[in-house]
Amino acid sequence: MTAQTITEPVPLARKDFVSDQEVRWCPGCGDYSILAQTQKLMPDLGIPREKIVFISGIGCSSRLPYYMNTYGFHSIHGRAPTIATGLKASRPDLQVWVITGDGDGLSIGGNHLLHILRRNVDVVIVLFNNRIYGLTKGQYSPTSEMGKRTKSSPMGTIDHPVNPLSVALGAEASFVARSLDIDVHHLLATLDRAAHHKGTSFVEVYQNCNVFNDGAFMEFADKDVRPDRTITLEHGKPLVFGKDRNKGVRLNGTTPEVVDLGNGISESDLLVHDETREDSAVAYILSRMQYPQYPVPMGVFRAVQRPTYDDLMEQQIRDAVSREGEGDLEALLNEGDTWTVE
Amino acid sequence: MTTKDGRVTPPINGDTQELDRVTIRFAGDSGDGSQVAGLQFTNTAALIGNDISTVPDFPAEIRAPAGSLPGVSSFQVSFSSYDIHTPGDAPDVLVAMNPAALKTNLPDLPKGGTIIVNTDEFTDANLRKAGYQANPLEDGTLSAYRVIEVPITSMNARALKDSGLNTKQIDRSKNFFALGLMFWLYERPLDPTLRWIEQKFSKNPAVAKANADTLKAGYHFGETAELFPVHYRVPKADLAPGRYRSITGNEATALGFLAASRLTGRPLFYGSYPITPASDILQELARFKNFGVKTFQAEDEISAIGSAIGAAFGGCLGLTGTSGPGLALKSESLGLAVMVELPIVVAMIQRSGPSTGMPTKTEQADLLQAMFGRNGECPVAIVAPATPAECFDIAIEAFRIALRHMVPTIFVSDGYLGTSSEPWRLPSVADLPTIRVDFATDPSTFHPYSRDPETLARPWAVPGTPGLEHRIGGLEKADVTGNVSYDAENHDRMVRFRAEKVARIANDIPDVKLIGDEEGSLLVLGWGSTYGPALSAVQRARARGLSVSHAHLRYLNPFPANLGDVLSRFDRVLIPEMNLGQLLMLIRARYLVDAAGLNQVTGRPFKIAQIEEKINQLVRSKVTIG
Ligand SMILES: Cc1ncc(C[n+]2csc(CCOP(=O)(O)OP(=O)(O)O)c2C)c(N)n1
Ligand code: SF4
Ligand SMILES: [Mg+2]
Repeated sequence: MTAQTITEPVPLARKDFVSDQEVRWCPGCGDYSILAQTQKLMPDLGIPREKIVFISGIGCSSRLPYYMNTYGFHSIHGRAPTIATGLKASRPDLQVWVITGDGDGLSIGGNHLLHILRRNVDVVIVLFNNRIYGLTKGQYSPTSEMGKRTKSSPMGTIDHPVNPLSVALGAEASFVARSLDIDVHHLLATLDRAAHHKGTSFVEVYQNCNVFNDGAFMEFADKDVRPDRTITLEHGKPLVFGKDRNKGVRLNGTTPEVVDLGNGISESDLLVHDETREDSAVAYILSRMQYPQYPVPMGVFRAVQRPTYDDLMEQQIRDAVSREGEGDLEALLNEGDTWTVE
Repeated sequence: MTTKDGRVTPPINGDTQELDRVTIRFAGDSGDGSQVAGLQFTNTAALIGNDISTVPDFPAEIRAPAGSLPGVSSFQVSFSSYDIHTPGDAPDVLVAMNPAALKTNLPDLPKGGTIIVNTDEFTDANLRKAGYQANPLEDGTLSAYRVIEVPITSMNARALKDSGLNTKQIDRSKNFFALGLMFWLYERPLDPTLRWIEQKFSKNPAVAKANADTLKAGYHFGETAELFPVHYRVPKADLAPGRYRSITGNEATALGFLAASRLTGRPLFYGSYPITPASDILQELARFKNFGVKTFQAEDEISAIGSAIGAAFGGCLGLTGTSGPGLALKSESLGLAVMVELPIVVAMIQRSGPSTGMPTKTEQADLLQAMFGRNGECPVAIVAPATPAECFDIAIEAFRIALRHMVPTIFVSDGYLGTSSEPWRLPSVADLPTIRVDFATDPSTFHPYSRDPETLARPWAVPGTPGLEHRIGGLEKADVTGNVSYDAENHDRMVRFRAEKVARIANDIPDVKLIGDEEGSLLVLGWGSTYGPALSAVQRARARGLSVSHAHLRYLNPFPANLGDVLSRFDRVLIPEMNLGQLLMLIRARYLVDAAGLNQVTGRPFKIAQIEEKINQLVRSKVTIG
């Protein structure tokens, strides 16, 4: 269906991925940064613009497809994974992105998120977690911390929050990562990793909603404190963090422990990050680490290879054709007991 | 066992009597194989040239306790020497494999009917399970019927005593003994069933042999036992020449969607969540992988329709299928499909509602849900097949309309249509209509929401097409550009466009046809599976000289262009429906005619006699019979 260009394609630039639509987020919203990094990433992927599709649900975050000069589908609340699954399964030649929010992806669409992850449909899911319902003007979300006072919880919430990465790992996700709207280099690199992973990539981005939940992540994400209160996961490297890189995380049984390096504790005592571990137990332990008890892990928690749903579906079709031959409708209609009336 | 006019013809020779229609109901415990016996009887009748019509009745529970009333399963087949449209109002013959089967089915058997009863199962324990205080074979309960007592279980066991199978395995073959007996009684050949047994049990030769042996034993028993004074012959029906097979509505539906894919050259994608009575379609389509069909068993109905919308966005035939409860879950997404104007098809196989209702029973009470069950002004096209075989053509038609008009289309069938069967004259693929699919490709003229001047369809621009990158979604679209718009005038215009687009489909569908006179006292107007009983009732009434015509709607939104005119030519209109008057409401609102309803929500199809009686009531005062 797609015309193959015979001439060397003209390399695309970031501006080629900027649509003509006026961006309508509140000034200062973290969504701008995520959009900018996404647009910036696109030319590097080397995929023709017409082969890229952004699909979203409903929420401030889900507005993103309008601003991408690719194919886009701003669907209904929570259902983007379903549309993405149908599109990717029927058109494996496309690169499909799902843009969702903490309410869209984990509340109304929680069921679909679980299933797209376990099926490992080859799409990238970016969940903008601002721990609030932005579009509907400030009610608490499934990731809002316990006791949070919002418009719909004047005495504080009584709902225990859900941890998006723990959920993703529990749902057998093959790629799980976290980044931060204002850490643009890390965000770009994380999105790049996600885009190159074959299978469902799940990226949680901590995103500031400066209108309804301003500073939600400031305690650990603020530039000054970030090195001491977050930890960047790097595959094959020990878990070291701190402005002076003098702190680390080691495992005591199944419990992580923050230690100071020196005084007989060296990097060799620390947990070495292995994102390719088949079982997700350690990734899960990392996903549970929260500030202030622990530094908040950022980066790729898990990246394993597993057949994708869309590939398996194609494979079954190829197998069926090689076993039974290309379908012959006439023969199929005449299948079974038939009789002729003269 | 009657002829068309109710007489019994005299025997042809000493012991064979000719009939033109017989209706048999095989009934037994779910484990007794009544479905298999019924299907085999049907195939054989079809193969030797009878017209056939069947309907199964399953218990709702998968494994209800053996011998209990809820565990009874039955299969009714009507076969005839003339064109029939229903599986028969009532059986002529009931084959009752146990007391529970007798108890649940006896009320349907007219007085004078024949009961072939497996006496072996009328033990105290089984009688108790069926709720009988006394043995109905002994207490006169059955005095108004012709009862033929056959110890089927023990005769089967005797026939298979040397088979090497254990008692339990042997007992499982007893349906074939009963079937053999019925084959003798109605002069049917054993060969088709013997061939089927050989194939079906090819991996288990001992079981194959046992089934074949007991089938023959049953047949010979009929021949030698002098239980039956005569046996019967139903001559070939006068069907249109061609090649036939017997098909259920759901099978025909799946084949129709597959054919639509072949005719358009676009791959079929089916997203569905299992639900009775629509699951057959998922299971059928899953077999067609070598046709490139992709089936996706979704996590729920919302995901199922979402996936179909995604596939349609990608340029494939996006299909989803469900029943009424599933359609309820799909309604928000269906609204999205209306807004983004993508050509998905939703197959909805209705069952009894509301809520979980009676999943294995039929009903037509989701028409208004299909029509209106969404937020906003949200029109979709609706088509509905009339007979099992016709599901094939209407499934193709659903996609033809969806694609040409870029409009979501609901294909409305029901459990009765889906599971009952009739002979299908096989079309030749070359004779099927081709369906054109045009994708937009030219960036210089492309606008996501420009419209075809004739149909008002918007262009279908699929990802992968260079230069046509655009964004669609559920927010209101600006006319032509498709950008998000909150403009008041624009919204009003777009709402009217979407309505008008559906209304214009009327220019693209056939007129509704009348069976009978072009005008008269009464028009019986139907839709969906009421076709068979309604048509038969009209035919009978006409044979008695009543001024009654029949019209059947296969297009429910929009209605055929001539419907208003047709309605105006009759004094009265009668609409039989398996609901409380849903088409009735639409017809009255749209055409301001004082139509009357005949409504039944028993979970069962109409009987011909019920509709006939209503016809009599309505025309009695007006018509003089010539
Ligand atoms: C079926 C349905 N229910 C409710 C809404 C209202 N609604 C729109 S967005 C939203 C929450 C969005 O929160 P989130 O996903 O966190 O996105 P954010 O705006 O924070 O980016 C809600 C409740 C809707 N659009 N559709
Ligand atoms: S409400 Fe919050 S999340 Fe939404 S655009 Fe404004 S700042 Fe961003
Ligand atoms: Mg949010």
